[in-house]
Amino acid sequence: MTRAARANQRSHSRPQGAVQSKTHWRDRLAAWQAHHSTCAIESLLRLLRTPLQSLLTWLVVAIATALPATLFVALDNVRSLGYQWQDSSQISVFLKRDAAADAVGQWQRQLGNHTGVAEVTLINPEQALEEFRQHSGLGDVLDDLEENPLPAVLLVQPTLSASQGEPLQALLQQLQANPLTDDARLDMLWVQRLEQLIELASRIVFFLALLLVLGLLLVIGNTIRLTIESRREEILVVKLVGGTDAYVRRPFLYTGLWYGLGGGLAALLLLATGLHWLSDPVASLASLYQSDFRLRGLDIISSAQLVLLAGLVGLAGAWLAVGRHLSAIKPR
Amino acid sequence: MIRFHGVSKRYDTGQEALSRVDFHIERGEMVFLTGHSGAGKSTLMKLIMLMERPTSGQVIVGGRNTERIRGNGIAHYRRDIGVVFQNHQLLFDRSVFDNVALPLQVAGFQTADIGRRVRAALDKVGLLHKEKLKPITLSGGEQQRVGIARAVVNKPALVLADEPTGNLDPDLSAEIMTLFRQFNELGMTLMIATHDIELTQRMNKRVMSLEHGRVLAGGNPS
Repeated sequence: MTRAARANQRSHSRPQGAVQSKTHWRDRLAAWQAHHSTCAIESLLRLLRTPLQSLLTWLVVAIATALPATLFVALDNVRSLGYQWQDSSQISVFLKRDAAADAVGQWQRQLGNHTGVAEVTLINPEQALEEFRQHSGLGDVLDDLEENPLPAVLLVQPTLSASQGEPLQALLQQLQANPLTDDARLDMLWVQRLEQLIELASRIVFFLALLLVLGLLLVIGNTIRLTIESRREEILVVKLVGGTDAYVRRPFLYTGLWYGLGGGLAALLLLATGLHWLSDPVASLASLYQSDFRLRGLDIISSAQLVLLAGLVGLAGAWLAVGRHLSAIKPR
Repeated sequence: MIRFHGVSKRYDTGQEALSRVDFHIERGEMVFLTGHSGAGKSTLMKLIMLMERPTSGQVIVGGRNTERIRGNGIAHYRRDIGVVFQNHQLLFDRSVFDNVALPLQVAGFQTADIGRRVRAALDKVGLLHKEKLKPITLSGGEQQRVGIARAVVNKPALVLADEPTGNLDPDLSAEIMTLFRQFNELGMTLMIATHDIELTQRMNKRVMSLEHGRVLAGGNPS
């Protein structure tokens, strides 16, 4: 027996009289889909008909979404910066100021042949001073100095096998022990501390995001509650002419979804604007540290996830409000 | 069509709106429900619409015991009853057409079907030419006719009208009653609450009168 036939039989077996099925299930399915798209479009149009009020709600959602998203992006950037450093695990060897150039050159060549060293770069005091002059903006002050205060630095890049644990420590000790060395520093230590800080910060961001999501639920829930109140008459009539709870609920759920999605999109816009505004200063700051680091925004997938998440929060907020307030509106 | 068995309704306030009401309305009848305000007319209709539930007794509509109708069943049940209100309960933010189309949209009719049925209903109440207008621009009598079109558009077996002529002058009231009579002739069962005794006498239909929550007369088909 086909489904249609079964449905037919069911409708025939229902009690006759005031209650009879007047629409075929296939028509009803089509009508259900049509009502979904109608609700989706109409609730959006309704929002656009009160632009100021909708804009305010969208902004609230956008700010509450953009805040944790910004922190997330910032953390992500700091972390990637950390990885860059960690990958390099570079050792900076500050040379004694009275170290002879010949001896330094010889040591550099020696290190170049060392099995644990991938690359050695010498930055002499003049180069260091020039870079400092370019980027610090203290050029005039530097001109007043009688002598260059900066030491020469050897940047030692360990090979991959020597870039961790024991071999790295051994290399570091070896470099420190050299009579030309004033001080040798491993950036790793820094990076490890940074990692722990990032871990702590990401938990704080997560907690903050949770709070803001909760706030969003309340904001959207309250907005939907007001919408429900303003359409009380309509809800009563729809209930009286036989609208199911789902039918009555639908437009409000879509309204919540639109608030969420719109807010999410606006949040992306805020985020992109902020990143654009920061990107130039960050780039010049990075070049100060001889890095080609650039601010990273959200990629397409993360952006989509953010908007979707905001949409879901909107939907959930609407659901909360609808669950609480729609059942309270009963025809009397 | 409608059968009440010892139905009592006591509100939370302690007021007893109906006490042990028994009556029977047959399919295809047109019955007037009269009584002073507070006699229990509205409560009786609300019990049929499942807007209220009886404190005791049974309300049987179309052969179904309404006690067992719950949840979404209520919505489906209401689709087969047309209601006309004194204040007509039209939605002023949409056109006459959309107001009348509402019960069909709710019941999941297809768009083409909706257009056909709405126009047929509007034609019957003589407002086909005003389908695009907003109800606020119509006169009181016209608004009530839109309300009636909405009540009958779904071709319900039963139509309830609560003081449908309450705000109208005698000529318009007679017009509305003629409409109801036409629907009755098409086979619809109608129950019309009114306190316009003169009107009911002219219509020459069964009159069921309520007083202090009891049926005084006309509880059974003659």
